[in-house]
Amino acid sequence: MTNQDWPLYEVFIRSKAGLSHRHAGSVHAPDDEMALDHARDVYTRRNEGVSIWVVRSSAIVASDPEETAAFFEPAKDKIYRHPTFYEIPDGVENI
Amino acid sequence: MVMSKEEALYRYVLRLGDNALVLAQRLIELVAHGPELEEEMANANFALDYLGQARMFYSYAGELEGKGRSEDEFAFMRGEREFANFLLIEQPNGHFGDTIARSVLFENFYLSQLEALTQCSDSRLAEIAARSVKEIRYHQRHDSQWLVRLGDGTAESHELAQQSVNNLWRYTGELFAGDEIDDILRDKYNGPDLDRIKSDWQLQTAKTLKEATIAVPEDQWMDNGGRDGRHTEHFGPLIAEMQYMQRSYPGLTW
Repeated sequence: MTNQDWPLYEVFIRSKAGLSHRHAGSVHAPDDEMALDHARDVYTRRNEGVSIWVVRSSAIVASDPEETAAFFEPAKDKIYRHPTFYEIPDGVENI
Repeated sequence: MVMSKEEALYRYVLRLGDNALVLAQRLIELVAHGPELEEEMANANFALDYLGQARMFYSYAGELEGKGRSEDEFAFMRGEREFANFLLIEQPNGHFGDTIARSVLFENFYLSQLEALTQCSDSRLAEIAARSVKEIRYHQRHDSQWLVRLGDGTAESHELAQQSVNNLWRYTGELFAGDEIDDILRDKYNGPDLDRIKSDWQLQTAKTLKEATIAVPEDQWMDNGGRDGRHTEHFGPLIAEMQYMQRSYPGLTW
């Protein structure tokens, strides 16, 4: 079913105003405009979104799984980076 | 005999239902045959949009007629000569370019028709039109983009797309032919003005074809008769398939 000539696009959907776009999946399309149409037809059929971004998958720069240790593990033991040592004043509901 | 205003409205709404249902049936034939997964989804969505519109038009036509006919009776229990859809719509799907060209030629008309109907004085019809116009605006955008890509694509796709437009051109005259029913809608219900729709259609179609590097076919003899129930040879098999279940098992539900 998949056409080898068509590039892959990643699809990001904003579900409602005020929220951020989230990755929904991917589509194949012959060009940028069509990618938007295809994303609309495949990922917003059930009222999932109010805005769509599409971007060529090849344009995304991704971290290398080989470097996971160097990239992410140093953050694991830095508990002082979490704001858990602060006392939250009474009356503040969301922080 | 002069047709009453009420009779004209009923028959006009019924024609809208016939156009929507027959195009839905044509697109449904393509389900599971899409050239790509993404286009498969688009086609099925479009087919369902048209089917939904047909249901709204038929339900309302049944109320206007006042004889208790349901949407299913309009769709499944009428004969070929009782359908008043345009000949353009019943033409076979052919290859992908044929399907797209048929949709573009029709939707350039239908979109203008619906836009005009949102302003008509019959509030129920105006409401149905307002709901449908959003769907068709997207269809027209999507299908026009495809026609541009096919026409302005490879030498082969260009040739095929030009041929598709040429083959269908003779069915486009009927869109603007108009008759007593259209006149009554325009005069008594502030309905669409076909002369204006025709000039809008010509502009829009010329624009899309130009972008698609497809030549506008020369003026030629135009086919006619769909609105009076005189159909092309492709229509019989279409409704035979569509109506098979209700004809074989009348009243069947699930």
